[in-house]
Amino acid sequence: MAQVLTEAAPHETAAAGSSQGNSACESTTLVVENMHCGGCMRKVEKALAEFPGVISARANLSARRVTVTSSKGRVTTDDLVDVLGKAGYKAAPLLEDAASDKSADKEFLRRVGVAGFAAMNIMLLSVAVWSGQAGDMEKSVQTLFHWISALIALPAVAYAGQPFFRSAMQALRSRRLNMDVPISLAVTLATAMSLFQTIRGSEHVYFDAAVSLLFFLLIGRFLDQSMRTRAAGAAANLLGLRGSTATVLFPDGSTERLSARALTPGMRILVATGERIGADGKIVEGRGAIDESLITGEAEPVTAEPGRQVFAGTLNMGAPLVIEATATNESTLLAEIGRLMTAAEQGRGRYVRLADRAASYYAPAVHSLGLMTFVGWLIMGHGWEPALTAAISVLIITCPCALALAVPAVQVAATSRLFGRGVIVKAADGLERLAETDTIVFDKTGTLTLGEPRLIEPQSCSDDLLIRAAALAAASRHPYARAVVREARERGLKPVAATDVREVSGAGLARQTEAGEERLGSAVWCGVGEQGDAATLWYKPADGDPVALRFEDQLRPDAAEVIAQLKRAGYAVELLSGDRPGAVEAAAREAGIDHWQARQNPAEKIARLEALKAAGRKVLMVGDGLNDAPALAAAHASMSPSTAADVSQTTADLVFQGERLGAVVEALGVAKSARRMALQNFGLSLGYNAIFVPLAVAGYATPLIAAIAMSSSSIAVTANAVRLRSKRVKV
Amino acid sequence: MTALAWLIPSALFLGSLGLAAFLWALKTNQFEDLDGAAWRALQDEETAPLREVHRPTAAE
Repeated sequence: MAQVLTEAAPHETAAAGSSQGNSACESTTLVVENMHCGGCMRKVEKALAEFPGVISARANLSARRVTVTSSKGRVTTDDLVDVLGKAGYKAAPLLEDAASDKSADKEFLRRVGVAGFAAMNIMLLSVAVWSGQAGDMEKSVQTLFHWISALIALPAVAYAGQPFFRSAMQALRSRRLNMDVPISLAVTLATAMSLFQTIRGSEHVYFDAAVSLLFFLLIGRFLDQSMRTRAAGAAANLLGLRGSTATVLFPDGSTERLSARALTPGMRILVATGERIGADGKIVEGRGAIDESLITGEAEPVTAEPGRQVFAGTLNMGAPLVIEATATNESTLLAEIGRLMTAAEQGRGRYVRLADRAASYYAPAVHSLGLMTFVGWLIMGHGWEPALTAAISVLIITCPCALALAVPAVQVAATSRLFGRGVIVKAADGLERLAETDTIVFDKTGTLTLGEPRLIEPQSCSDDLLIRAAALAAASRHPYARAVVREARERGLKPVAATDVREVSGAGLARQTEAGEERLGSAVWCGVGEQGDAATLWYKPADGDPVALRFEDQLRPDAAEVIAQLKRAGYAVELLSGDRPGAVEAAAREAGIDHWQARQNPAEKIARLEALKAAGRKVLMVGDGLNDAPALAAAHASMSPSTAADVSQTTADLVFQGERLGAVVEALGVAKSARRMALQNFGLSLGYNAIFVPLAVAGYATPLIAAIAMSSSSIAVTANAVRLRSKRVKV
Repeated sequence: MTALAWLIPSALFLGSLGLAAFLWALKTNQFEDLDGAAWRALQDEETAPLREVHRPTAAE
């Protein structure tokens, strides 16, 4: 149940110098967000190693993680996060199920190594044989070389080819054809025929082609796989940093931080100001305001008071609350959303990837071509042996090496380009589905907008007033207070945090000055009387009348520009929000979206997506809230900002970081270019086949020609894909 | 042609040395953190090696 990645390990090497003797040590993995260079890495390791109880700390700069080994029971995860916080680094424990599995990467790399070794050595021998054919190589030496090649090739093919053989078997068992079927067939046939020819002492042996084919394909597969592992790791880091942990308050008064997933009904949870609530439950103690926008899409905070039902993922904006988690049975909001998502995802499971679609045409075509060659040679009276040789050489030449690389190479180039721009492609077929979309549906709060309050009507508050309000506000973590400080900084003011500030939970801040008391907080707190407008903060200076500071969730800085760009590119754009009509209409008008619907619950959002689908549209859903998660699953493709709710981020095909909505345009552009390029690559490899297949049918496909055809076509498609990394893209 | 009798085995032997080195590097996580390794080479202080080794702390 320990949800933080903590594993007890025997105290091996550390035992010698440790005062702990043989006691066990444990290791914890933390995500460190802003560790960017070697200097940071050293500071992180040093800060952690100096903490009592820590045995060693090893940072991984590529993964932005640090693994800490400590004496068992002496260090808590919170301590480590605190230590890093003091050193200036934002850290968070990694969730257990987010521990990245790198074994698949390694497995591929090991096979690449073996195939590479075999390919190079066999090629060395083959080149000698080829040049020997022009010179005076003796027949016996040639046969010797073939036997050595066979000895290297047979185990290499048996080991390195396994991923392809396994995938081909799986496809055949479920009566499908994928690219791995012709690959496996060609490799197996080429190896078997070469062995047969070697035994007979014949000239034409294809070991080199078979092994270098595997080598190229494994490189492609490895890059594809490692890119996905990297994306999964980055996504896990984001979720870890979003901090889905909760402080549990035990009956004896002690507290402990647990992962949100470790919570059980009946537990009492302490929710600090500015923290997200970890579970569905009821408020037991505390009054204040709760931002439920992630659930309802409603930007305006709701009042929190004892007895009120609260939901996981909502933000406590007021005083600290104590919440009792309610039963996590089927009636909770999360369970309901989970059910909707499962239902919605089923519709998408049938998507067939581009490469597999190509394979379903290509494989039968080449297999019947091979058969026709065999029959043709028989009819022409050449006997079954040359006929079989010709047929197999057709299968070897048509082995879809370039075709199988065509898509992964482009995928890797596109994914790493987007990765560099802060967009994480999570779903393997996400880019392909994204390229097909023609309608974009946005959520409002947190997606089209920043999801954080900004001061509006700034002219109502003078610089002098603002700097004094900010001095008070700097003492609080309330989102509005932080917005006041941010506004002051943006105006170029330098607010100095006041020291003697008193915070009254659920009301506001106060400070005694020479001229009297000044206050910042709710209307009642500042003596204005109940105003019924939660999005307003009042500031009452010591010597004047209270001033209202109004807040609003503002659009992302480039939202209007992005929408205009998308519309120009021919996309239909819609806005579906759970917020009230007035706020949605205002946001839609400002962003330039003509079609909008307000007060949409999750089921209604899905219904709208289904209607669009029925009208033949392919929808890209961009959303962040818990209420968007089912819609994200139902849409043809989906994107989420990295500030989104956990469930949404997990569901979305792509996750983008940063404030700019331009990431959507970039992702669409890259996806479309990637699709064009994949098709170009198909064209290139079919072109190669058009040249070399006739040679094979006519029986002229010598091993030399096979080797040249395969390597050059593979290099051509890869080189074409690499262009995507620096290409200019547009939607 | 007698040269082949030792040339080919030695070529294969050297090649397999390279393969063995690669497999060893893979097994001992040498490719785990390529960005970090580039920086570690430039640092003067000793850093903890890949496998956890005891480093005395102030408290001990």
